Amino acid sequence: MTTPMVEARGVRKSYAGVEVLKSVDLTVTRGEVTCLIGPSGSGKSTLLRCINHLEKHDSGELRVDGQLIGYEARDGKLYELNDKQICGERAQIGMVFQRFNLFQHLTALENITIGQVKVKGVDVEVAKAKARELLSRVGLENKEKHYPSQLSGGQQQRVAIARALAMEPKLMLFDEPTSALDPELVGEVLDVMKDLARSGMTMIVVTHEMNFAREVANTLYFLDGGVIEESGDPRVVLTSPKTERLRSFLSKVL
Amino acid sequence: MTTNGDGAAKVIPVRHYGRWVASFVALVLLAMLVHTIFSKVPSATGQKVCQTVNGLRTCHPLMVWRFSWNVVGEFFTTKDVLHGLLITIELTVLAMTVGIVLGVILAVMRLSPNRLLSSMAWSYTWFFRGTPVYVQLFFWFVINAVYPTFSIGLPFVHAAFVQFSANSFFTPFVAAAVGLSLNEGAYMSEIARSGLIAVDEGQTEAAISLGMTHSQTLRLVVLPQAMRVIIPPTGNELISMLKTTSLVSAVGVLDLFQATNNISASNYEVIPLLIVASIWYLIVTTILSVGQFYLERRFARGALRTPPPTPIARLRSDLRGVLAKFRTPRVAKEARA
Repeated sequence: MTTPMVEARGVRKSYAGVEVLKSVDLTVTRGEVTCLIGPSGSGKSTLLRCINHLEKHDSGELRVDGQLIGYEARDGKLYELNDKQICGERAQIGMVFQRFNLFQHLTALENITIGQVKVKGVDVEVAKAKARELLSRVGLENKEKHYPSQLSGGQQQRVAIARALAMEPKLMLFDEPTSALDPELVGEVLDVMKDLARSGMTMIVVTHEMNFAREVANTLYFLDGGVIEESGDPRVVLTSPKTERLRSFLSKVL
Repeated sequence: MTTNGDGAAKVIPVRHYGRWVASFVALVLLAMLVHTIFSKVPSATGQKVCQTVNGLRTCHPLMVWRFSWNVVGEFFTTKDVLHGLLITIELTVLAMTVGIVLGVILAVMRLSPNRLLSSMAWSYTWFFRGTPVYVQLFFWFVINAVYPTFSIGLPFVHAAFVQFSANSFFTPFVAAAVGLSLNEGAYMSEIARSGLIAVDEGQTEAAISLGMTHSQTLRLVVLPQAMRVIIPPTGNELISMLKTTSLVSAVGVLDLFQATNNISASNYEVIPLLIVASIWYLIVTTILSVGQFYLERRFARGALRTPPPTPIARLRSDLRGVLAKFRTPRVAKEARA
């Protein structure tokens, strides 16, 4: 059996005494799509942010592609990695944010080339060619000279996905990618994500889009109060919830 | 109902009579001001000009410019004044360059999670903003009283590799440059900090998640966006600094203001020489303001959907509007015919 892409064992995290993650276990198989659902404050975004070390978890083991994230295990202790080492790990994990977070002072094309050139040391012309290819993949080939403020929310999010893909990540994290979008723009972003899932990308998606989860996800995790309450095949979990909490959550969102 | 050619009702704008009266009054006052500034008055010395025509001798008082514009012109480009202007510009550029670099470093320190660094930056700003720049300038000028020599060597053990006297290092110009720079650093740190805070945290997160280091994130993502917030108040500081340099005459630097003061001390033409200095300060300020406008435009990229037009572009479009006004009736007439 190959090592899973992401493996979390007993991951805990608290902010100012409040425990946001209470010993979370999670396994993400290579090439699969995993959706995290749950009410706000349930810890699903925190878990996602721990996976690329935007947040430091307090205890537990978190491995991506077999490697510990943010720490190095030596003599039974965990040593925190320095800035440069963590950056190397992060560059292999793509992240898409709820608020897009495109670099406002750069054009769509420059947003996609900057990481390749400055982090991976790719030649500028090669990076541009790749950026154009990715822009056409997300359906925005004619927008390369536009600044983020000149694009709609859906277009910005698609550029953000292209920006993350340009780093050729082995794992993509999506933090409520459609929550800040007007309803009519949600579809275009979900289409790009479905296309990405079909291409075999390993994805973890925090979402409120239950139809997307049902249709695309291989595994679904339901978090509540920092605990994974239920997990499994989304078609089973969503249609016949075992716990009262999931049943009441679904009755509110569906 | 009055209609124009195509049957649509014609729009009659509101007449602003109050505005017209106010404009007229303002125009008259302006004309009076210009007239008195550029008028001639009988010479204060009571000098008279006499001439004899057909054996008849007539005398009338000598008329001179109220503001002695001839004296202004005489001294405007003298060597001393131009040299003073150069010193003023040099000090401004030097103090602002060091001040900006220092300010950015202090701002980054202030925002650091390390408590020692952030409180050091806070204390620096507290001290240099809390004492008058005039006092600081004087302090650097007389520093040899407390530190007669400076040396580079091992700390605390008095082992020096290089040693030089404070007197030879802190010439008036260096004392002025150091004083102005350190003071400006304190003000610039607050400006830079406001710029850094203004950049959304999501920008940092996005940069970090691409694998950028903290210094790359600062240089490539945060600072370029902070510039948009930093530039307008920095332009303000630059123009303010240009004039603050006039304080350096206190430590014996021959800047523009001191140069004109020296001249008026010997020829008693105080007001004309104040005008000479003022006009030069205005000229430099104007050039700096134009530079600021274009710099702001450059760093506003991406922040505005459409950048504001340059004054030249605005003038051109105004002109086009006026021309169009004259042209339309003819087109309309042709259309009707």
